[in-house]
Amino acid sequence: MSSPADLADQGAARATARTDSFDGLRLENVTKSFGSFTAVDDLDLDVPRGSFFALLGPSGCGKTTTLRMVAGLETPTSGGITLAGNDITYAKPYKRPVNTVFQSYALFPHLDIHENVAFGLKRRKVGNVDAQVTEMLELVELESQARKKPAQLSGGQQQRVALARALINKPEVLLLDEPLGALDLKLRRNMQLELKRIQTEVGLTFIHVTHDQEEAMTMADTVAVMNAGVIEQMGAPQELYENPRTTFVANFLGQSNLIGGTIKSRAADVVTVDMHGVDVSIPAARCHADGDEGWIGIRPEKVLIGDPGEQLDAPGNSIPGGVVTDVSFVGVSTQYQVRMPWGQEIQVFAQNTGHRRIYRPGESVELSWRPDYAFLLDASQDAKAGAQEGTD
Amino acid sequence: MRWLREHVVLILGIAILLYTFIPIFVVVLMSFNDPSSRLIYRFDGFTMDNWLHPCEPEGLCSALGTSIQISLLATLGSTILGTLMAFALVRHDFLGRSSMNLLIFLPMATPEIVMGSSLLALFVATGFSGQLGFWTILIAHIMFCVSFVVVTVRARLAGMDDNLEQAAMDLYATPRETFWRITFPLVFPGILGAALLSFSLSFDDFIITNLNAGNTTTFPMYVWGVAQRGIPMQVNVVGTVMFAISVLIVVGGELNNRRRSKALATAS
Repeated sequence: MSSPADLADQGAARATARTDSFDGLRLENVTKSFGSFTAVDDLDLDVPRGSFFALLGPSGCGKTTTLRMVAGLETPTSGGITLAGNDITYAKPYKRPVNTVFQSYALFPHLDIHENVAFGLKRRKVGNVDAQVTEMLELVELESQARKKPAQLSGGQQQRVALARALINKPEVLLLDEPLGALDLKLRRNMQLELKRIQTEVGLTFIHVTHDQEEAMTMADTVAVMNAGVIEQMGAPQELYENPRTTFVANFLGQSNLIGGTIKSRAADVVTVDMHGVDVSIPAARCHADGDEGWIGIRPEKVLIGDPGEQLDAPGNSIPGGVVTDVSFVGVSTQYQVRMPWGQEIQVFAQNTGHRRIYRPGESVELSWRPDYAFLLDASQDAKAGAQEGTD
Repeated sequence: MRWLREHVVLILGIAILLYTFIPIFVVVLMSFNDPSSRLIYRFDGFTMDNWLHPCEPEGLCSALGTSIQISLLATLGSTILGTLMAFALVRHDFLGRSSMNLLIFLPMATPEIVMGSSLLALFVATGFSGQLGFWTILIAHIMFCVSFVVVTVRARLAGMDDNLEQAAMDLYATPRETFWRITFPLVFPGILGAALLSFSLSFDDFIITNLNAGNTTTFPMYVWGVAQRGIPMQVNVVGTVMFAISVLIVVGGELNNRRRSKALATAS
């Protein structure tokens, strides 16, 4: 397995590989304002051809506006959009090889399923419509429903019709606007796998807009985290999760403990930070702080919990003086809240492997983590940005 | 007593139905009447004569023809104008849109006698007093029908998901194709309802028509006129036919709905 630091390097290499022969979808300096409100702010984005790309962010972050600009349903206030080198910034929606699966599905209620799916082909005067529609309905396993009206189908079936109706046109880019939002959890999981399977099968570029971080990570090979009209960070799901660059990404994608610290020394490959009297080291590639202060970030499942003085997975940073304040047993893991000497509560997820006992509230513990897993973020950022409790 | 208490709603319901339908039964019955005198309104004997010679009373069929012509033209005019207005009010933002939305209700809220007399004053003031007749009636009818069309079509249009039109455009439909394949078929039931409403409002109108008719006679004016000399039984034939047509339309619509919901029920 490649280490998180390697993944970060790959990300940097990909970012510099913007060449003119780029055949995917490119957004350059795109800004969209509605009156005084800037929904999308100077956005640059490259979506490689054939990738499953997720645009992830909280509601109101500009992700749907971005999608609508790609579809042609909104025009950028400034900037340009190119698809395989062709400028499509101002092209009409019916003139671009882009199709959308709408959040509400937007199936035509007066047409049956077959007619809905055939709609795009018929408008383009393509031949052999019936055979193609039948084939597409087979792909989404709805061939027996072809003569029904949309209202006669269940939510999951309607979702698949919406997908078939867009896919049949073999667009260069398929846009999915939170298409799974209306489905219940179980159906959503099935549809996630289904979508991923279809994408692999047809090999089209998919851009999936979602506010569900788990969905984005499961399905996409590249995730762009969007906040307040700008992209905070973009990369492979694992890269984003393991090495977030901003507090927003650290909190929005999974959970993070963010602990204030003062940078003591910067070496070529390692940065040493004073964390409330304990020296912790962080690989230089995982340091995204400019000043002398920073937020030390560590994922709850990377934190090990043990008895005071116990040797935990050396060579780790070892932080003594914790007291367990809350324990939740959730089956696969136990989630602890540990109050540290400086008053902050640190979240710890311990796998229930059976090798270790479960601590009770009030017990003194020592925490530890491998330096490789920690990351350092700029102190100027809000440590609560993107946290799930704070936003809702 | 107990039986009565349990069935009071049913009994009242039947009573109210009878109350509404008895006049219509009378109309149907009288269309087969063979009266002994024009002045006594009584069922004297059964005959098919009224049905076989509906145009026998002088002026009836020409009045009916005028009414049908005016109603059809008024329906066409008001439906086209009203539909266009409804689209403008729902789809476009322009100066004075909200006041326009209120003004639309004005003709519906104005008493007919006021509207009819002010229209007459307008026609006279603008020098059309000599031309009162078919065209002035038509103008008046289109005017008061338009509001009803706007309100009906607007409700249908406002209830439509905008995403449908965007989806059509996304699926390579030009604005024209989007309108004819998506928007129009979805708004059509509203337009049809508005047209039926306009037809019956126009066909039925007496007060405004009477004030602006000049020498032209519509069917309601004919009935009003002959009522003083005894109504010929053929009027009941026309009434029965009109009633039968409305029943057919309502029943047809209901059957269509039932077929649709039955299809829905079997699917789920």
